[in-house]
Amino acid sequence: MSIILYSIATLGILGLIYGIGLAFASKKFHVEVDPKIEEINEVLPGVNCGACGLPGCSAYAEAIVTRNEEINKCAPGGDAAVKVIAKILGIKASTKERQIAVIHCQSGGYDNTFLRYNYQGICTCKAAVLITQGPNLCNYGCVFQNDCIAACKFDAIHLDKNGMRIIDKEKCTGCGACVKACPRNLIELVPISKQVHILCSSHDKGAEAKKRCGNKTACIGCGLCVKKCPVEAIEMQDNLAVIDYEKCVSCGQCASVCPTKSIVDPIAEKRGTAFIIEENCIGCTICKKKCPVDAIEGEVKKVHKVDPEKCIGCEICVNVCPKKTIEIR
Amino acid sequence: MEFVSKIFAMAIVAIFVQNFVLMRFLGLCPYIGVSKKLDSALGMGMAVIFVMTMASTFTWLIQSYLLVPLKLEFLQTIAFILTIASLVQLVEIIIQKTAPALYKALGMFLPLITTNCAVLGVAILNINEEYSFIEAILNGFFAGLGFTLVLILMAGIREKLDKSEIPASMKGMPIAMIVAGCMALAFLGFSGLKI
Repeated sequence: MSIILYSIATLGILGLIYGIGLAFASKKFHVEVDPKIEEINEVLPGVNCGACGLPGCSAYAEAIVTRNEEINKCAPGGDAAVKVIAKILGIKASTKERQIAVIHCQSGGYDNTFLRYNYQGICTCKAAVLITQGPNLCNYGCVFQNDCIAACKFDAIHLDKNGMRIIDKEKCTGCGACVKACPRNLIELVPISKQVHILCSSHDKGAEAKKRCGNKTACIGCGLCVKKCPVEAIEMQDNLAVIDYEKCVSCGQCASVCPTKSIVDPIAEKRGTAFIIEENCIGCTICKKKCPVDAIEGEVKKVHKVDPEKCIGCEICVNVCPKKTIEIR
Repeated sequence: MEFVSKIFAMAIVAIFVQNFVLMRFLGLCPYIGVSKKLDSALGMGMAVIFVMTMASTFTWLIQSYLLVPLKLEFLQTIAFILTIASLVQLVEIIIQKTAPALYKALGMFLPLITTNCAVLGVAILNINEEYSFIEAILNGFFAGLGFTLVLILMAGIREKLDKSEIPASMKGMPIAMIVAGCMALAFLGFSGLKI
């Protein structure tokens, strides 16, 4: 019996001594750690993608608290993370629009690519572009070894039946890993609200570009889109039309005139025309002044009207109307 | 003189012939986990040397002056683990205050020493080999040295491996396992030493 008591007493006293020792040490060597850092670290997705420019999620959490880093840099976390972080820090959330990747090439599938030779080397784009400027005829187009898919940490790029890379808008977080992975610089991060894209990166002259594109959708540098654009968002850069997404209003006018269909407008069918609800219109003429195609008529202090024939559905008037009385129908 | 030669033999045995990691296969977790970078491997090694020496000291005292007189030898494992855990906790608290950079580099591996079988192993071996107090402390120190040696060797090799061209499927853990095996084979050569 005594041996049981002895063992209980021995272990109990040992534990007590150690406990007191540790408690004393933790008081004496106490380190203040900002609890906010841990809280923010838990909110962040923990994939360590590096989109914020710091080596990992915990480094970003520390930077936010200790160095006043901006809180909207986490692409995978998105708006949800920003809001929670703002709550933890007690500041106002400044969300920035979600960006997704867009591949500026419509070639590169099994049956829409012209080949120079049958490439059988190492299966990476970086290796493929080294040999006589790549296996495909176009020197600017996709070389279909799918480095972007390998680089994507979110499983957001898939191959369709034709072997074309399709970006899943839901899964894409805009981290930019594929942008870095593409040796032809075909991929760009674009705000998700922008719908119209020039899906060609060829700087070849018109005839040459057309001849080399297996999809027959090369930008031939004709400049029609530049003339048609109501907000001057398109610029010719060395035989290639490039959209300035800051100015672009996704009206789709450029796509409607593009002779080679290198400009793609997925919402062409869905686009409506502006309609002014007459009761609320105060005749301020702001919409009239802002309309890029002069589709709105009316005089000061009188109800304005939209000419449905001219309206291109760009929604600029919807956004500028102070009474919020313009709808797209 | 006899004592010095005995200590020398003990050092050779603890560091090379019966190396804790590669011959006794104790403490494999930090051996694979913390051997990615040379400086954190060095920090981990220092922590292990410190903890092993301290653990040898305290567990020997507890065994000789507490457990044996009270005839409670069967409490050896639990009493030793209690001692080691408290010791590691103490080391962690002190390092966090005095060397934050080292604390950051070791991260979660410091608490892992708590349940590291190498530390418990050296404590129990000291008792089984019936070492004297001084010998037990030195044995703990040498065992830690041996652990640090292979950890640093491994970290050096793995840093070189990171820069070399390895097939994608072998990168990281697989090649580390193979390297660990090769190192164990090399250390097997020391078992031919006659001491």
